Amino acid sequence: MECTVLSLLLDSGRIAGAFGYDREKGHFILWSAKSIVVATGGIGRAFKITSNSWEYTGDGHALAYRAGAELLDMEFVQFHPTGMVWPISVQGILVTEGVRGEGGVLRNSEGRRFMFDDIPELYKEQTADSEEEGWRYTQGDKNARRPPELLTRDHVARCINREVKAGRGSPHGGVYLDIAWIKDRIKDGAEHIKRKLPSMYHQFKQLAEIDITQVPMEVGPTTHYMMGGIRVDGDTQASSVPGLYAAGEAAAGLHGANRLGGNSLSDLLVFGRRAGQFAAAFAKENGAAAVDQSQVDATAKAALKPFDIGPSGENPYQIQYELQEFMQALVGIVRVESEMQDAAERVTKLRTKSERAGIANHRQYNNGWHTAMDLPNLLDVSEAITRAALMRKESRGAQFREDYPNKDAEWGKYNIVVRRGADGEIVTEKRPVQPLPAELKQVIEEMK
Amino acid sequence: MATQAMFRIWRGDAGGGKLYDYNTPVDEGMVVLDAIHRIQAEQAPDLAVRWNCKAGKCGSCSAEINGMPKLMCMTRLSDLNLDMPVIVEPMHAFPPIRDLVTDVSWNFRAKKTIKKFKPRPPDAPDGTWRMQQADVDRVQEFRKCIECFLCQDVCHVLREHHKHDEFIGPRHLVYAAALQMHPLDTEDRIPDLKHKHGIGYCNITTCCRQVCPEFITITENAIIPLKERVVDQFFDPLKRFLRIL
Repeated sequence: MECTVLSLLLDSGRIAGAFGYDREKGHFILWSAKSIVVATGGIGRAFKITSNSWEYTGDGHALAYRAGAELLDMEFVQFHPTGMVWPISVQGILVTEGVRGEGGVLRNSEGRRFMFDDIPELYKEQTADSEEEGWRYTQGDKNARRPPELLTRDHVARCINREVKAGRGSPHGGVYLDIAWIKDRIKDGAEHIKRKLPSMYHQFKQLAEIDITQVPMEVGPTTHYMMGGIRVDGDTQASSVPGLYAAGEAAAGLHGANRLGGNSLSDLLVFGRRAGQFAAAFAKENGAAAVDQSQVDATAKAALKPFDIGPSGENPYQIQYELQEFMQALVGIVRVESEMQDAAERVTKLRTKSERAGIANHRQYNNGWHTAMDLPNLLDVSEAITRAALMRKESRGAQFREDYPNKDAEWGKYNIVVRRGADGEIVTEKRPVQPLPAELKQVIEEMK
Repeated sequence: MATQAMFRIWRGDAGGGKLYDYNTPVDEGMVVLDAIHRIQAEQAPDLAVRWNCKAGKCGSCSAEINGMPKLMCMTRLSDLNLDMPVIVEPMHAFPPIRDLVTDVSWNFRAKKTIKKFKPRPPDAPDGTWRMQQADVDRVQEFRKCIECFLCQDVCHVLREHHKHDEFIGPRHLVYAAALQMHPLDTEDRIPDLKHKHGIGYCNITTCCRQVCPEFITITENAIIPLKERVVDQFFDPLKRFLRIL
């Protein structure tokens, strides 16, 4: 059954249930629950170009925020360096890191491997200094260092961004990712590529009519993953609201300021299970909470408002597009104070506009209504991202600020927490980073 | 390429419906789903369409485009004749919910009637198995299925004759084949395929294979080998003779 949750219900501060609707019929549904695990994924749809599906509208983040939970690290949005840029129907769809892992290289329109031009000091020691060495690394040579194409995602994304802005991009506003060249190095290269990267071969063949064993792909950055989310306890996945748990992308903390490839899957397997275990234990230890009918009625009333306004109201799709446009332009890969201030003001204005969103017809599978219901969530997470990004006056991990391009050791001591104030206003505050538990410190020492 | 196109879209619900015309601007590189989204955003906000990944991987946006079962996200406008209206209808083999959205839940119920994977005990003390690569390769193709149900939609047994109660359809025959041919599996699904799942209804017209967006060789690699196993178990004259003796 396809369902959407509209609000989390509370009984004197603890979780009592959830209220939402099913898409097929448009009926409201009330779930009574002693505990709830939020596993709603990310926020990619707040941006124009994203690898995420339509569902990634930050519902879980926003539901928890409105229920009083604290959000953490919301400034850290990961832009994956390689998404498809053409044709427009597939803009943003992910091109796996595996292409570069197998020896794929990034080139600009002049044919230059521009990633060699900008290797951060911190990674110089671990990065190949010649194309030859980089190639050997991709072929499993343990003595070789990794090619600069495999530097952290934020850095590669910014370098691509810079090449495009400098006019050295590909025809559709990306750069070239070339795996076809390895045919010079490997016998039966075309077959090798198809065998190693079957889904990428088919993806480009079918969606773009491009044979990646013959010609380079065009790629550009795409909004991919949210490091920030609901602040949870590292052991139990419990949020600051009793009975509310979170797992996966909706939870924060595990990936710090920048997730590494593959770590999301292990996150889900380990901490998803833990969230379930501890939520179940909470439900066992605590009796049923009472559902407050007035909360249900208020949510239902707000949900039906677009029908009361009717088709002469604001178009919900256009509001969503407007948000995606300016979040992409103003709070994207490269951030700066003035632009983010602008974005924050626009979010406020758009919120007013979204309250006038109107819809025709009835509730049964009405995509316009669904879109209108997503707007408050998108606006809440966009505001949280923008406020947190403004507050962190440094560049770290996925956040790059042109006005503060360096890492600041002082800022490294703090996380930013976003929560809802007593009057419904957004509050951002610095919170000292929790010290590492002794047993984890020991593990890290042993790994050194 | 044309800059405007006419889309003739079926709108309605379980009670009936009809085709409505929408004229919309189109750009190079668009697929049918892009055009549907543009119509939604600009002309018909309540137009119902189910979609998700927009990359031919989730199997949600199945519909009939100019009469052919297709994924809307994988049908490029450049491959259609835009001088004529593009007709977009929901799948016919399933009950309509609204507009382009159908109720495909019968498929989930039908799938549950197939006996589950039953592996033999592990081959090694550490709980692992050993398989031949050739045996793995044989079932690999079936695992590409994205459950878009276009094969179910095109199949005349379901589409024209509505044998949903007697025939599980190509998708589930592929699923049964994936389990039955799995090198570790020990279950016997052949009697069910004959009696309960109606494999005999399939007269191998290959319509399902032709509409599969994952290019699974449904008829030749899944259904025919299963039919052969049914024949082997139930209709082999020599075996029959031996049984009599």
